[in-house]
Amino acid sequence: MGKIKDRLTPIGEFVPQPDDDMIICRCEEITKGEIRQAIHDGMFTLTEIRRFLRAGMGLCQGQTCTRLVKGMIARELGISPLEVEPAAARAPMRPIKMIVLGNEGKES
Amino acid sequence: MGYRADVIIIGGGIIGNSTAYYLAQKGCSVIVLEKSDYIGNGGSSRNGGGVRQSGRDKRELPLAMYGVKHLWPNLSEELEMDVEYYQQGNLRLGKTEAHIKTLAGLTERAASLGLDVKMIDQAEAKAINPYLSAEVMGASWCPTDGHANPMLATLAYYRKARELGVRFMTGEEVAEIKKIKGKARQVVTTEDVYEGDTIILAAGYDSRDIAATVGIDVPMTRALLEVLVTEAQPAMFYQMLGTAAADFYGHQSTHGSFVFGGTSGLEDVNKDNGTPVTNSITASCICRGIMNYFPCLSDAKIVRTWAGWIDVCVDHVPVISPVEEVPGLILACAFSGHGFGIAPTVGTLLAQMAVGEAPVLDVSDFRYDRFKAKL
Repeated sequence: MGKIKDRLTPIGEFVPQPDDDMIICRCEEITKGEIRQAIHDGMFTLTEIRRFLRAGMGLCQGQTCTRLVKGMIARELGISPLEVEPAAARAPMRPIKMIVLGNEGKES
Repeated sequence: MGYRADVIIIGGGIIGNSTAYYLAQKGCSVIVLEKSDYIGNGGSSRNGGGVRQSGRDKRELPLAMYGVKHLWPNLSEELEMDVEYYQQGNLRLGKTEAHIKTLAGLTERAASLGLDVKMIDQAEAKAINPYLSAEVMGASWCPTDGHANPMLATLAYYRKARELGVRFMTGEEVAEIKKIKGKARQVVTTEDVYEGDTIILAAGYDSRDIAATVGIDVPMTRALLEVLVTEAQPAMFYQMLGTAAADFYGHQSTHGSFVFGGTSGLEDVNKDNGTPVTNSITASCICRGIMNYFPCLSDAKIVRTWAGWIDVCVDHVPVISPVEEVPGLILACAFSGHGFGIAPTVGTLLAQMAVGEAPVLDVSDFRYDRFKAKL
Protein backbone atom coordinates (compact mmCIF):
# COMPACT_ATOMS: atom_id res chain seq x y z
CA MET A 1 0.00 0.00 0.00
CA GLY A 2 1.29 3.41 -0.92
CA LYS A 3 1.36 6.80 0.75
CA ILE A 4 -1.85 7.73 2.56
CA LYS A 5 -3.41 10.95 1.30
CA ASP A 6 -6.79 10.82 3.00
CA ARG A 7 -6.21 11.51 6.69
CA LEU A 8 -9.54 9.85 7.55
CA THR A 9 -8.24 6.51 6.24
CA PRO A 10 -8.91 4.04 9.07
CA ILE A 11 -5.70 2.65 10.60
CA GLY A 12 -7.34 0.73 13.42
CA GLU A 13 -7.63 1.52 17.10
CA PHE A 14 -4.65 2.50 19.24
CA VAL A 15 -3.74 -0.66 21.13
CA PRO A 16 -1.45 -0.16 24.16
CA GLN A 17 1.75 -2.22 24.08
CA PRO A 18 3.85 -3.38 27.04
CA ASP A 19 6.92 -1.40 25.94
CA ASP A 20 5.09 1.88 25.24
CA ASP A 21 7.13 3.64 27.91
CA MET A 22 10.40 2.91 26.11
CA ILE A 23 12.25 6.09 25.17
CA ILE A 24 12.73 6.40 21.42
CA CYS A 25 13.99 9.99 21.08
CA ARG A 26 16.74 10.22 23.68
CA CYS A 27 17.38 13.95 23.31
CA GLU A 28 13.79 14.97 23.96
CA GLU A 29 12.76 11.86 25.92
CA ILE A 30 9.80 10.92 23.78
CA THR A 31 8.42 7.42 24.27
CA LYS A 32 7.20 4.79 21.87
CA GLY A 33 3.67 5.13 23.24
CA GLU A 34 3.61 8.90 22.68
CA ILE A 35 4.77 8.47 19.10
CA ARG A 36 2.24 5.71 18.38
CA GLN A 37 -0.55 7.80 19.92
CA ALA A 38 0.45 10.81 17.77
CA ILE A 39 0.20 8.66 14.64
CA HIS A 40 -3.32 7.68 15.68
CA ASP A 41 -4.05 11.39 16.26
CA GLY A 42 -3.38 11.97 12.55
CA MET A 43 0.36 12.68 12.44
CA PHE A 44 1.16 10.41 9.50
CA THR A 45 4.62 11.78 8.60
CA LEU A 46 8.04 12.21 10.23
CA THR A 47 7.78 15.96 9.74
CA GLU A 48 4.47 16.13 11.60
CA ILE A 49 5.71 13.89 14.43
CA ARG A 50 8.70 16.20 14.85
CA ARG A 51 6.52 19.29 15.04
CA PHE A 52 3.90 17.65 17.25
CA LEU A 53 6.12 15.86 19.78
CA ARG A 54 9.65 17.27 19.26
CA ALA A 55 10.94 13.73 18.56
CA GLY A 56 14.05 14.29 16.43
CA MET A 57 14.24 18.00 17.29
CA GLY A 58 16.80 17.85 20.08
CA LEU A 59 20.57 18.13 20.17
CA CYS A 60 21.21 15.31 17.67
CA GLN A 61 18.43 16.53 15.35
CA GLY A 62 17.04 13.04 14.83
CA GLN A 63 20.27 11.32 13.85
CA THR A 64 19.48 8.53 16.30
CA CYS A 65 15.69 8.11 16.35
CA THR A 66 14.64 8.95 12.80
CA ARG A 67 14.94 5.37 11.55
CA LEU A 68 13.04 4.03 14.54
CA VAL A 69 10.23 6.55 14.19
CA LYS A 70 10.05 5.87 10.47
CA GLY A 71 9.56 2.16 11.16
CA MET A 72 6.85 2.92 13.69
CA ILE A 73 4.95 5.14 11.25
CA ALA A 74 5.13 2.46 8.57
CA ARG A 75 3.90 -0.22 10.97
CA GLU A 76 1.01 1.79 12.40
CA LEU A 77 -0.13 2.92 8.94
CA GLY A 78 0.46 -0.49 7.34
CA ILE A 79 2.67 0.93 4.58
CA SER A 80 6.25 0.32 3.48
CA PRO A 81 8.95 2.39 5.25
CA LEU A 82 10.02 3.41 1.73
CA GLU A 83 6.77 5.41 1.51
CA VAL A 84 7.65 7.44 4.62
CA GLU A 85 9.39 10.64 3.49
CA PRO A 86 12.47 11.69 5.47
CA ALA A 87 12.25 14.94 7.44
CA ALA A 88 14.39 17.84 6.24
CA ALA A 89 17.96 17.99 7.57
CA ARG A 90 18.78 21.50 8.73
CA ALA A 91 21.99 23.45 9.20
CA PRO A 92 24.17 23.55 11.24
CA MET A 93 25.42 19.95 11.23
CA ARG A 94 26.57 20.24 14.88
CA PRO A 95 25.30 22.60 17.58
CA ILE A 96 27.36 25.80 17.41
CA LYS A 97 27.62 28.71 19.83
CA MET A 98 26.15 32.06 18.81
CA ILE A 99 29.43 33.79 19.45
CA VAL A 100 31.15 31.43 17.00
CA LEU A 101 28.43 31.43 14.34
CA GLY A 102 28.16 35.22 14.59
CA ASN A 103 31.88 35.64 13.95
CA GLU A 104 31.91 34.25 10.40
CA GLY A 105 33.01 37.39 8.58
CA LYS A 106 35.82 38.55 10.82
CA GLU A 107 39.57 38.00 10.79
CA SER A 108 40.68 35.91 13.74
CA MET B 1 -13.82 9.39 -7.92
CA GLY B 2 -15.34 12.59 -6.64
CA TYR B 3 -15.75 14.06 -3.19
CA ARG B 4 -18.33 16.56 -2.04
CA ALA B 5 -18.78 18.63 1.11
CA ASP B 6 -20.51 21.79 2.25
CA VAL B 7 -17.20 23.63 2.26
CA ILE B 8 -13.93 22.90 0.45
CA ILE B 9 -10.91 24.62 1.96
CA ILE B 10 -7.78 24.94 -0.15
CA GLY B 11 -4.74 25.05 2.13
CA GLY B 12 -4.03 22.98 5.25
CA GLY B 13 -2.30 25.74 7.20
CA ILE B 14 -3.52 27.28 10.42
CA ILE B 15 -6.07 29.46 8.60
CA GLY B 16 -7.56 26.45 6.79
CA ASN B 17 -7.37 24.19 9.83
CA SER B 18 -8.94 26.66 12.25
CA THR B 19 -11.70 27.45 9.75
CA ALA B 20 -12.32 23.72 9.29
CA TYR B 21 -12.55 23.25 13.05
CA TYR B 22 -15.04 26.10 13.57
CA LEU B 23 -17.11 24.92 10.58
CA ALA B 24 -17.20 21.34 11.85
CA GLN B 25 -18.46 22.69 15.17
CA LYS B 26 -21.32 24.30 13.28
CA GLY B 27 -22.18 20.92 11.79
CA CYS B 28 -20.82 21.52 8.27
CA SER B 29 -19.08 18.84 6.26
CA VAL B 30 -15.61 20.04 5.28
CA ILE B 31 -12.76 18.85 3.08
CA VAL B 32 -9.32 20.45 3.38
CA LEU B 33 -6.90 20.09 0.45
CA GLU B 34 -3.20 20.44 1.18
CA LYS B 35 -0.63 20.52 -1.63
CA SER B 36 2.33 19.24 0.37
CA ASP B 37 2.56 15.87 2.08
CA TYR B 38 2.46 17.62 5.44
CA ILE B 39 -0.23 19.50 7.30
CA GLY B 40 0.80 23.07 8.08
CA ASN B 41 3.97 23.01 6.02
CA GLY B 42 3.97 26.64 4.88
CA GLY B 43 3.99 29.80 6.92
CA SER B 44 1.99 28.11 9.69
CA SER B 45 5.00 26.11 10.82
CA ARG B 46 7.47 28.76 9.73
CA ASN B 47 6.83 31.88 11.77
CA GLY B 48 7.96 33.48 15.00
CA GLY B 49 4.85 32.52 16.96
CA GLY B 50 3.95 36.08 17.87
CA VAL B 51 0.48 36.72 19.25
CA ARG B 52 0.89 40.46 18.98
CA GLN B 53 -1.43 43.41 18.89
CA SER B 54 1.29 46.05 18.92
CA GLY B 55 2.88 46.84 15.58
CA ARG B 56 -0.30 45.98 13.68
CA ASP B 57 -1.94 48.01 10.94
CA LYS B 58 -5.03 49.71 12.35
CA ARG B 59 -7.26 47.62 10.07
CA GLU B 60 -5.79 44.43 11.49
CA LEU B 61 -5.73 45.50 15.13
CA PRO B 62 -9.39 44.61 15.92
CA LEU B 63 -8.73 41.05 14.72
CA ALA B 64 -5.67 40.74 16.93
CA MET B 65 -7.43 42.27 19.95
CA TYR B 66 -10.47 40.01 19.55
CA GLY B 67 -8.25 36.91 19.47
CA VAL B 68 -6.23 37.95 22.51
CA LYS B 69 -9.39 38.72 24.44
CA HIS B 70 -11.70 35.88 23.43
CA LEU B 71 -9.84 33.02 21.77
CA TRP B 72 -6.19 32.59 22.71
CA PRO B 73 -6.69 32.39 26.50
CA ASN B 74 -8.89 29.27 26.19
CA LEU B 75 -7.39 27.72 23.09
CA SER B 76 -5.34 24.99 24.80
CA GLU B 77 -8.36 23.92 26.82
CA GLU B 78 -10.68 24.04 23.83
CA LEU B 79 -8.36 22.03 21.57
CA GLU B 80 -7.36 19.72 24.43
CA MET B 81 -3.70 20.29 23.76
CA ASP B 82 -1.18 22.76 25.16
CA VAL B 83 -0.44 25.29 22.39
CA GLU B 84 2.10 26.98 24.69
CA TYR B 85 0.39 30.36 24.77
CA TYR B 86 2.12 32.93 26.97
CA GLN B 87 0.64 36.34 27.59
CA GLN B 88 3.63 38.01 29.15
CA GLY B 89 3.92 41.09 27.01
CA ASN B 90 5.88 42.38 24.04
CA LEU B 91 9.06 44.39 24.38
CA ARG B 92 10.23 46.31 21.34
CA LEU B 93 13.74 47.43 22.12
CA GLY B 94 15.71 50.52 21.14
CA LYS B 95 19.41 51.28 21.48
CA THR B 96 19.66 54.77 19.96
CA GLU B 97 17.73 58.06 20.11
CA ALA B 98 16.49 57.35 16.60
CA HIS B 99 15.16 53.95 17.69
CA ILE B 100 13.33 55.49 20.63
CA LYS B 101 11.78 58.06 18.33
CA THR B 102 10.57 55.33 15.97
CA LEU B 103 9.11 53.34 18.87
CA ALA B 104 7.43 56.41 20.36
CA GLY B 105 5.70 57.07 17.02
CA LEU B 106 4.45 53.47 16.75
CA THR B 107 3.34 53.50 20.38
CA GLU B 108 1.42 56.74 20.04
CA ARG B 109 -0.44 55.46 16.97
CA ALA B 110 -1.34 52.13 18.62
CA ALA B 111 -2.40 53.77 21.89
CA SER B 112 -4.69 56.16 20.00
CA LEU B 113 -6.48 53.06 18.65
CA GLY B 114 -7.20 51.82 22.14
CA LEU B 115 -4.31 49.41 22.64
CA ASP B 116 -2.66 49.21 26.06
CA VAL B 117 0.90 50.04 24.95
CA LYS B 118 3.38 52.56 26.32
CA MET B 119 7.01 53.66 26.22
CA ILE B 120 9.23 52.57 29.07
CA ASP B 121 12.76 53.64 30.02
CA GLN B 122 15.89 51.57 30.55
CA ALA B 123 15.21 50.85 34.23
CA GLU B 124 11.65 49.74 33.57
CA ALA B 125 12.77 47.53 30.69
CA LYS B 126 15.45 45.99 32.90
CA ALA B 127 12.86 45.34 35.60
CA ILE B 128 10.75 43.40 33.09
CA ASN B 129 13.71 41.63 31.52
CA PRO B 130 16.91 41.62 33.62
CA TYR B 131 18.88 39.90 30.84
CA LEU B 132 18.92 42.98 28.57
CA SER B 133 22.22 44.57 27.56
CA ALA B 134 23.09 47.90 29.19
CA GLU B 135 23.00 49.36 25.66
CA VAL B 136 19.20 49.14 25.57
CA MET B 137 17.92 52.68 26.17
CA GLY B 138 14.22 51.97 26.30
CA ALA B 139 11.39 50.04 24.76
CA SER B 140 7.76 50.01 23.86
CA TRP B 141 5.77 47.72 26.11
CA CYS B 142 2.46 46.02 25.42
CA PRO B 143 1.64 43.84 28.44
CA THR B 144 -1.22 41.93 26.80
CA ASP B 145 0.86 40.67 23.84
CA GLY B 146 2.38 37.22 23.84
CA HIS B 147 3.36 34.20 21.81
CA ALA B 148 2.36 30.60 21.21
CA ASN B 149 3.84 27.55 19.51
CA PRO B 150 2.83 27.78 15.83
CA MET B 151 3.47 24.13 15.01
CA LEU B 152 1.41 22.90 17.95
CA ALA B 153 -1.43 25.37 17.39
CA THR B 154 -1.63 24.43 13.69
CA LEU B 155 -1.61 20.70 14.42
CA ALA B 156 -3.97 21.05 17.39
CA TYR B 157 -6.60 22.59 15.10
CA TYR B 158 -5.94 19.82 12.58
CA ARG B 159 -6.21 17.07 15.17
CA LYS B 160 -9.45 18.41 16.60
CA ALA B 161 -11.03 19.10 13.20
CA ARG B 162 -10.11 15.59 12.06
CA GLU B 163 -11.68 14.19 15.22
CA LEU B 164 -14.87 16.05 14.28
CA GLY B 165 -14.84 14.33 10.88
CA VAL B 166 -13.15 16.90 8.65
CA ARG B 167 -11.49 15.14 5.71
CA PHE B 168 -7.91 16.31 5.20
CA MET B 169 -6.26 15.32 1.93
CA THR B 170 -2.49 15.79 1.69
CA GLY B 171 -0.48 15.74 -1.52
CA GLU B 172 -3.47 17.23 -3.34
CA GLU B 173 -2.28 20.07 -5.54
CA VAL B 174 -5.09 22.26 -6.80
CA ALA B 175 -5.01 22.95 -10.53
CA GLU B 176 -8.11 25.09 -10.83
CA ILE B 177 -11.40 26.25 -9.40
CA LYS B 178 -14.27 25.61 -11.79
CA LYS B 179 -17.50 27.53 -12.02
CA ILE B 180 -20.78 25.80 -12.72
CA LYS B 181 -23.72 28.01 -13.71
CA GLY B 182 -21.70 31.08 -12.76
CA LYS B 183 -20.87 29.88 -9.27
CA ALA B 184 -17.61 28.52 -7.85
CA ARG B 185 -18.41 24.88 -7.35
CA GLN B 186 -15.58 22.48 -8.18
CA VAL B 187 -11.97 22.27 -7.12
CA VAL B 188 -9.93 20.28 -9.59
CA THR B 189 -6.68 18.78 -8.35
CA THR B 190 -4.07 16.88 -10.30
CA GLU B 191 -5.86 13.66 -9.38
CA ASP B 192 -9.43 14.35 -8.35
CA VAL B 193 -12.42 16.66 -8.43
CA TYR B 194 -13.95 18.05 -5.23
CA GLU B 195 -17.31 19.75 -5.11
CA GLY B 196 -18.62 22.16 -2.49
CA ASP B 197 -21.21 24.88 -1.93
CA THR B 198 -18.49 27.22 -0.68
CA ILE B 199 -14.80 27.25 -1.53
CA ILE B 200 -12.34 28.96 0.79
CA LEU B 201 -8.94 29.74 -0.72
CA ALA B 202 -6.31 29.89 2.03
CA ALA B 203 -3.21 28.61 0.26
CA GLY B 204 -0.72 31.33 1.11
CA TYR B 205 1.21 32.62 -1.89
CA ASP B 206 -0.12 29.78 -4.06
CA SER B 207 -3.56 31.36 -3.69
CA ARG B 208 -2.55 33.81 -6.40
CA ASP B 209 -2.25 31.20 -9.14
CA ILE B 210 -5.35 29.36 -7.99
CA ALA B 211 -7.46 32.55 -7.84
CA ALA B 212 -6.24 33.36 -11.34
CA THR B 213 -8.12 30.30 -12.64
CA VAL B 214 -11.37 32.18 -11.98
CA GLY B 215 -9.97 35.51 -13.16
CA ILE B 216 -9.19 37.02 -9.75
CA ASP B 217 -5.85 38.51 -8.77
CA VAL B 218 -4.47 39.41 -5.37
CA PRO B 219 -1.47 41.77 -5.59
CA MET B 220 1.09 39.92 -3.52
CA THR B 221 4.63 38.72 -3.68
CA ARG B 222 6.57 36.45 -1.43
CA ALA B 223 9.41 37.12 0.95
CA LEU B 224 11.76 34.77 2.73
CA LEU B 225 12.14 34.72 6.49
CA GLU B 226 14.83 32.81 8.35
CA VAL B 227 14.83 31.58 11.90
CA LEU B 228 17.35 29.97 14.21
CA VAL B 229 16.64 27.75 17.20
CA THR B 230 18.96 27.30 20.19
CA GLU B 231 19.38 24.28 22.42
CA ALA B 232 17.24 24.33 25.57
CA GLN B 233 18.28 27.06 28.01
CA PRO B 234 17.20 27.45 31.63
CA ALA B 235 13.86 29.31 31.85
CA MET B 236 14.77 33.00 31.53
CA PHE B 237 11.84 35.08 30.26
CA TYR B 238 8.64 34.69 28.28
CA GLN B 239 8.09 38.12 26.72
CA MET B 240 7.88 38.38 22.96
CA LEU B 241 10.83 40.44 21.73
CA GLY B 242 11.40 42.73 18.81
CA THR B 243 13.61 45.71 18.05
CA ALA B 244 13.13 49.11 16.48
CA ALA B 245 15.93 48.31 14.04
CA ALA B 246 14.34 44.93 13.19
CA ASP B 247 17.65 43.17 14.00
CA PHE B 248 15.77 40.12 15.23
CA TYR B 249 12.55 39.00 16.93
CA GLY B 250 11.63 35.97 18.96
CA HIS B 251 11.02 34.35 22.32
CA GLN B 252 11.89 31.47 24.60
CA SER B 253 9.68 28.42 24.18
CA THR B 254 8.24 26.12 26.83
CA HIS B 255 10.90 23.59 25.89
CA GLY B 256 13.59 26.12 26.79
CA SER B 257 14.95 26.77 23.32
CA PHE B 258 15.01 30.30 21.97
CA VAL B 259 13.41 30.86 18.59
CA PHE B 260 14.74 33.97 16.85
CA GLY B 261 13.90 35.25 13.39
CA GLY B 262 15.66 37.83 11.31
CA THR B 263 17.11 38.80 7.96
CA SER B 264 20.45 39.50 6.33
CA GLY B 265 19.08 42.26 4.11
CA LEU B 266 19.90 40.28 0.97
CA GLU B 267 16.66 38.26 0.87
CA ASP B 268 15.28 40.00 -2.20
CA VAL B 269 18.21 38.99 -4.35
CA ASN B 270 19.32 35.70 -2.79
CA LYS B 271 19.28 32.64 -4.99
CA ASP B 272 16.73 29.91 -4.31
CA ASN B 273 15.58 26.91 -6.25
CA GLY B 274 11.90 27.49 -5.72
CA THR B 275 11.94 26.20 -2.16
CA PRO B 276 12.53 28.26 0.96
CA VAL B 277 16.17 27.61 1.83
CA THR B 278 18.38 29.15 4.49
CA ASN B 279 21.31 31.26 3.36
CA SER B 280 24.71 30.68 4.92
CA ILE B 281 25.17 34.29 6.04
CA THR B 282 21.75 34.96 7.59
CA ALA B 283 21.95 32.98 10.84
CA SER B 284 25.31 34.60 11.59
CA CYS B 285 23.79 38.01 11.07
CA ILE B 286 20.85 37.18 13.37
CA CYS B 287 23.31 35.93 16.03
CA ARG B 288 25.13 39.28 15.97
CA GLY B 289 21.81 41.09 16.31
CA ILE B 290 20.77 39.00 19.31
CA MET B 291 24.11 39.32 21.09
CA ASN B 292 23.90 43.12 20.82
CA TYR B 293 20.79 43.02 23.00
CA PHE B 294 21.40 39.81 24.99
CA PRO B 295 25.15 39.29 25.49
CA CYS B 296 24.30 36.57 28.01
CA LEU B 297 23.14 34.32 25.14
CA SER B 298 26.57 34.32 23.42
CA ASP B 299 27.31 30.77 24.53
CA ALA B 300 23.86 29.39 23.64
CA LYS B 301 24.25 26.83 20.88
CA ILE B 302 22.27 26.96 17.64
CA VAL B 303 20.88 23.51 16.83
CA ARG B 304 18.84 24.30 13.76
CA THR B 305 17.92 26.98 11.25
CA TRP B 306 15.01 27.11 8.86
CA ALA B 307 13.37 29.35 6.32
CA GLY B 308 9.86 29.97 5.06
CA TRP B 309 7.90 32.08 2.64
CA ILE B 310 5.67 34.95 3.65
CA ASP B 311 2.84 35.90 1.27
CA VAL B 312 3.23 39.66 1.24
CA CYS B 313 0.31 41.82 0.17
CA VAL B 314 1.08 45.12 -1.54
CA ASP B 315 -0.39 47.01 1.46
CA HIS B 316 0.79 44.44 4.06
CA VAL B 317 -2.77 43.65 5.16
CA PRO B 318 -4.51 40.34 4.38
CA VAL B 319 -7.33 39.66 1.98
CA ILE B 320 -10.29 38.12 3.82
CA SER B 321 -13.17 38.57 1.46
CA PRO B 322 -16.07 37.04 -0.40
CA VAL B 323 -15.71 37.43 -4.17
CA GLU B 324 -18.97 38.74 -5.63
CA GLU B 325 -17.82 38.11 -9.20
CA VAL B 326 -17.35 34.44 -8.33
CA PRO B 327 -20.19 33.59 -5.94
CA GLY B 328 -19.28 30.82 -3.53
CA LEU B 329 -15.60 31.79 -3.36
CA ILE B 330 -14.03 33.30 -0.24
CA LEU B 331 -10.42 34.46 -0.22
CA ALA B 332 -8.17 34.27 2.87
CA CYS B 333 -4.61 34.95 1.83
CA ALA B 334 -1.79 37.54 1.61
CA PHE B 335 -1.37 37.52 5.39
CA SER B 336 1.96 39.30 5.01
CA GLY B 337 3.63 37.49 7.91
CA HIS B 338 0.94 38.51 10.41
CA GLY B 339 -1.32 35.49 10.02
CA PHE B 340 -0.46 33.25 12.94
CA GLY B 341 -1.52 35.53 15.79
CA ILE B 342 -4.85 36.36 14.18
CA ALA B 343 -5.56 32.84 12.89
CA PRO B 344 -8.14 31.87 15.55
CA THR B 345 -10.05 35.09 14.84
CA VAL B 346 -9.80 34.66 11.08
CA GLY B 347 -10.95 31.03 11.31
CA THR B 348 -13.95 32.17 13.35
CA LEU B 349 -14.81 34.89 10.81
CA LEU B 350 -14.38 32.63 7.78
CA ALA B 351 -16.60 29.94 9.31
CA GLN B 352 -19.28 32.57 9.91
CA MET B 353 -18.96 33.92 6.38
CA ALA B 354 -19.11 30.43 4.86
CA VAL B 355 -22.41 29.57 6.55
CA GLY B 356 -23.95 32.96 5.79
CA GLU B 357 -23.83 34.39 9.32
CA ALA B 358 -22.78 38.00 9.85
CA PRO B 359 -19.11 37.91 10.89
CA VAL B 360 -18.53 39.00 14.49
CA LEU B 361 -16.09 41.68 13.26
CA ASP B 362 -16.30 43.93 10.23
CA VAL B 363 -14.17 42.50 7.42
CA SER B 364 -14.78 45.22 4.83
CA ASP B 365 -11.21 46.55 5.22
CA PHE B 366 -9.89 43.26 3.87
CA ARG B 367 -11.70 43.25 0.55
CA TYR B 368 -9.99 41.78 -2.50
CA ASP B 369 -10.89 44.77 -4.69
CA ARG B 370 -9.47 47.50 -2.45
CA PHE B 371 -6.27 47.98 -4.46
CA LYS B 372 -6.03 51.17 -6.48
CA ALA B 373 -3.34 52.83 -8.59
CA LYS B 374 -1.43 55.65 -6.91
CA LEU B 375 -2.79 58.40 -9.17
